[in-house]
Amino acid sequence: MLFGIILITFITSRVIPSDPAAKWAGPRATPEQIELARSELGFDDPYPVQFVNYVVRIVHGDLGKSLRTHSSVADELKIFVPATVELVLLATVIAFIIGIPLGLYSARYKNSLIDHFSRFFAIGAVSLPGFWVALGLQLIFYCHLGWFPVGGRVSVITSLMYELPNITGMLVFDSFITGNWYIFKDAAWHIVLPVVVLSLYPIGLVTRMTRSALLEILNEDYITAARSYGLSERLILGVYALRNSLGPTITAITLSTGYTLVSTFLVESIFGWPGMGNYLATAIIALDYPAIMGVTIFSAVSYLFLNLIADIIVSLDPRVRL
Amino acid sequence: MINSLMLKKVIEPKIRELRVSMFLLNKNMLTKAAYIAIIILIVIAIFSPLIAPYPGDIYIDNHPKNSLLSPSVEHFFGTDELGRDIFSRVLYGTRISLIASLSTVLIALLIGVTLGAIAGSMGGWIDEVIMRITDIFLSFPPLLLAITIASLLGPSLNNAKAALIIAWWPWYARLLRSQAISIKERQFVKAAEAIGTSQLKIISRHIIPNCISPIIIQASMDMGAVIISLAGLGFLGLGAQPPIAEWGLMVATSRNYFMNAPWYSLFPGFAIFLTVLSFNLVGDGLREILDPKTRKI
Repeated sequence: MLFGIILITFITSRVIPSDPAAKWAGPRATPEQIELARSELGFDDPYPVQFVNYVVRIVHGDLGKSLRTHSSVADELKIFVPATVELVLLATVIAFIIGIPLGLYSARYKNSLIDHFSRFFAIGAVSLPGFWVALGLQLIFYCHLGWFPVGGRVSVITSLMYELPNITGMLVFDSFITGNWYIFKDAAWHIVLPVVVLSLYPIGLVTRMTRSALLEILNEDYITAARSYGLSERLILGVYALRNSLGPTITAITLSTGYTLVSTFLVESIFGWPGMGNYLATAIIALDYPAIMGVTIFSAVSYLFLNLIADIIVSLDPRVRL
Repeated sequence: MINSLMLKKVIEPKIRELRVSMFLLNKNMLTKAAYIAIIILIVIAIFSPLIAPYPGDIYIDNHPKNSLLSPSVEHFFGTDELGRDIFSRVLYGTRISLIASLSTVLIALLIGVTLGAIAGSMGGWIDEVIMRITDIFLSFPPLLLAITIASLLGPSLNNAKAALIIAWWPWYARLLRSQAISIKERQFVKAAEAIGTSQLKIISRHIIPNCISPIIIQASMDMGAVIISLAGLGFLGLGAQPPIAEWGLMVATSRNYFMNAPWYSLFPGFAIFLTVLSFNLVGDGLREILDPKTRKI
């Protein structure tokens, strides 16, 4: 699988119409300089040799050098990734907190008003273009109400007055564990709007998945048995049924995390969030292929990893165990 | 006489089923509203150059004197930075978005269905090869793959479409393969094999027609996803290029002005939302109706 990802990124980065060596050498390079750059970058080698070199480098964690800044893509990513991970994690947690109860109620009171509302909400949330919602939130909460900042991770004053803690790179988390409440408050303030935008899609997805999984389970015999024992509806739904519906929900979460990761690419630039998405946007404009590929490989690998985790969690279910 | 009688026997249950489905579809008010909305959107898409009050504004006309006017009787949705009527452009955007996403979904579907059906019904090494390739594509989040490919192909609407097709076909291939594997074992396929029907005919006449309903559900949900992705690519500057009246691109351009001219972002974005919502609602309704597990009369 990993091999496949690398193969695709290799092929796509070799069939591109423009010449990376020319980019590397700069806009005013002489043909000799471009030739030199080409042999330095290894573009003279036959494709299989290039591919082997490429694989070897990636396995060692070397994603190549940015054509724009000439510094290592992996090092640059290290700076930008935590900011994105912070957003994605928070959005996913919120999706769990809101989506599961909503799905639960929806299934419990099927075809009631609350069910119709939550279904409409779930489908609506999935249908909203994140970048548009982001603009709307900025307009309402920054422009008109002034409740939240327009973008960035912390206000300029905070970053000048205090030294920002850097343990995991996730500012909200770092300032929380170091007990730096001033920075924590400021960072939390800044993260609200982006997280709201990003959590919409996962909330919708989790709600729908929980609902449909629960509806299927509620028809099972053991639920009828539990009911006939006179167990409270709360216990039946919240423990017996919910536990068995987590499998599909977790699968949905993984899928939606992949989606959230990519939608940060659209949302980050709006909020000026210094994450991977912003990095990618800059790289796209500059046609900086190693950087684009670096982001792609990183995202695809984390997606793969997430799928693996989901499979492991689902396989903890004794019904799935082989 | 006998022929028409037989025909009647074959067709009648199908018509009845269709009518039951239509009844169920109409019973759910949300679904009904959604498919009516889609019909209206299609009508708008077809007649947009005729309905639009300022057809010239769709492309190159501009009136710098009228730039960023707020919504009024002359300009229902206001005007953009070049003084173009946003209402006309949003209407025309319907055509661009619908055609682009429909062709994307159809091509992806065609590739995916063909490969998936071949893989599922042939089995063996052909299945192995096709599914390994599919798996590689599936290991990317679809929009990520589309962004990467679109950024490498260079920005244009057609390249964005190509990128989305590359990202989307594997989902159909996987769907169809799993369906084909179960259908392959059914009696009527075995019977067709026994009387010496060719593989090609079995796949095209027996297997694919029996996978129609999951494909329709998937396709209607994907229409929404593709429209939103196309708009997203447009927003990143990887999709349609100015002066095309594409919704995502319009929202992207409006970023520079939306603090003073909120209507500029509001209407194109709302058009995206409404279209995607309609397709998702219809897809959801269809799934409930066509899936025997949840089908209730």
